[in-house]
Amino acid sequence: MTALATTADALPAPASSPRRASRWATSLALTLIPVGLALVACGVILAGLGVDPIAFYRDMVTASVVRTSGLYDSIARMAPILLISCGLIVVFRANLWNLGMDGQYLLAAAFVAGLGPWLMTQVPVIVGWIVLSLVAMAIGAAWTIIPAWLKSRFGINEIVTTLMMSFIGVGLAVVLVKGPFDGPGGTPQTDVLPPEAMLADIPGTNVHIGVIVALLVCLITYLVFARTSFGTRLDVLGANPRAAVHLGIDVTRLIIVAFLISGALIGLAAAVDIQGIFAYMRSDWNPSYGLAVVPLVFLARLNALAIIPFAAFFSLLSIGGLYATRRADLPSDFGLLFTGLMLLFMVGIQYLYDRRSRARDSVVRRTRRSAEDD
Amino acid sequence: MTDVLTPSFVTTVIALGITAAVPLLYASLGEIFAESSGVLNVGLEGMMLSGAFAGFVVTLETRELLLGLLAGGVAGALVSLLMVLFCIRLGLDQIVIGIGIVLAAEGATSLLYTTWFVGSRPRLPAIDELAVPILSELPVVGGSLFTQPLAVYVGLGLVVVCGWVLRRTTIGLNVRAAGERPDSLDAAGVSVVRVRTLAEVFCGALAGVGGAYLAIVQAGTFGAFVTGGVGFIAIVIAMLARGRVYWSILGALLFGMSLSIATALQLVGIAIPTDFVFMLPFISIIVVLILFARQARLPSALGLPYHRGSR
Repeated sequence: MTALATTADALPAPASSPRRASRWATSLALTLIPVGLALVACGVILAGLGVDPIAFYRDMVTASVVRTSGLYDSIARMAPILLISCGLIVVFRANLWNLGMDGQYLLAAAFVAGLGPWLMTQVPVIVGWIVLSLVAMAIGAAWTIIPAWLKSRFGINEIVTTLMMSFIGVGLAVVLVKGPFDGPGGTPQTDVLPPEAMLADIPGTNVHIGVIVALLVCLITYLVFARTSFGTRLDVLGANPRAAVHLGIDVTRLIIVAFLISGALIGLAAAVDIQGIFAYMRSDWNPSYGLAVVPLVFLARLNALAIIPFAAFFSLLSIGGLYATRRADLPSDFGLLFTGLMLLFMVGIQYLYDRRSRARDSVVRRTRRSAEDD
Repeated sequence: MTDVLTPSFVTTVIALGITAAVPLLYASLGEIFAESSGVLNVGLEGMMLSGAFAGFVVTLETRELLLGLLAGGVAGALVSLLMVLFCIRLGLDQIVIGIGIVLAAEGATSLLYTTWFVGSRPRLPAIDELAVPILSELPVVGGSLFTQPLAVYVGLGLVVVCGWVLRRTTIGLNVRAAGERPDSLDAAGVSVVRVRTLAEVFCGALAGVGGAYLAIVQAGTFGAFVTGGVGFIAIVIAMLARGRVYWSILGALLFGMSLSIATALQLVGIAIPTDFVFMLPFISIIVVLILFARQARLPSALGLPYHRGSR
């Protein structure tokens, strides 16, 4: 599967500055056009359903940016999106597919919400934050072990195994919240983290420090791929597994490590979300960021810094979309339609662009493709 | 436990199990065709969901099960045309497009359902009224085993026919060649794009029928995400089947039974949390994968777009 060949083409390469500028312009166009097309297509669908699209989009922006509380919500929402995105970038660049984010996230969230309120009475708050985050990372990572092992040992397609594990993880999280982690009271939900145990806010705002952590993780992920041999090995594995073997890379180990990191970052997203925003977990709660984050990661061309504006856009979309869909009497799943269309447009636009530039670098391309086929 | 294993209990398990197995049977059969031809159809869940919605709407309007299943098949085939256009014709990434199809189908069906049926949440009449009379009146041993709707028998028949087509006919040879050695197939003068297109549309249609059956017969209604991951299980079954269609029966029954045993236990008063019931099929698939890991194999050109003369 040469899945990421197109994205690898678009990664910034060392070039003279005028070429770099035109590359930037191209990347920007390849990114903004699909977003714009999805906005237009959804506007048409909204109009078809008898909803004024302009008012809908205006509601969305008002609720997520113009109002201060909405703005803080949107920024805070970026934290889990960024962390999940980084978790996906690590595996996607190695051409591995971890699509079990929902299970890894929710299971980690159940443990944080279940153990947190008790733990916070036992240890200082800062120790509690660190321990809970580590627990969440361990849970998230543990949930990728079976797919990683099946993939590295037997070559079993990880898409389906991670998805299966995701369904199990979601179910298990519900069982845990209804069972051992169930707090007092009628509704099946965990105890609530006391306000003083919640992640501290960035001074002067209502946004918790988890956002800073997430931004740091983005920077680190970017540097790992730009500066370290580990990142390069992941890229080589993604570009050409056979070449990776010939280069003496321990592919089995690399696959497992990549999956563990991916799961750990997704677990961290849950820890930040529960400790920063939600404070407890109800058994029917599932934000299911899952598949919706995938388009963002591809729009950002698997670049951990480029993901930041997309995460901001998506946060705006989900915070504002919730309000706008409620006002328009539509289900909140409307956002899924938007992201799905965005993904399809993105791949289509990329294709048109590739076809135009194919003539230019056909020699390079043909060489590479024959190398992949052999 | 002995008093649980009464004939009526066994009957319930079988009846519920078969009902739950049918959507999976159709979908995995389609996926086997698509995968054999070299197309990893990740969008299967989206096709099932579209089929479920179309089947639900048509059955609600016409009160005809067969029309509903047909509509589901048409809807699934239409959605599969997206895969055909983007992945087979243009050679774009099958996984990304597949995810896009799943997301868009989830959003679109949920949106349409809420807009059209907001508040009313209609249910379909019980399937007994729609069951095919001749077969349901057959005198049988084993109770419910033979009072199944026509779709069950058609499904089993399809497995036999598909197995024959895939193994013994030129069409089947072409499909398998498109998955294993597309360049050889092309050299033999057969269009890889065309073979894959046919396999993909066939897969979409079967997935749509399976989804329609799930909504009309099994659930009796439509709801957002009504397929709940069945499409993904079907992909696993197709992978384990390695092109052997009879495995789709085995896989579908394994899934169906693991669901129905838990439901039947609840009916006789042994409480198993429903959340555990929900996990059971996925756990059994993972266990099967771990036990039979060596046997799962995919066609060598699976997921690779075919560009003529690219070698």
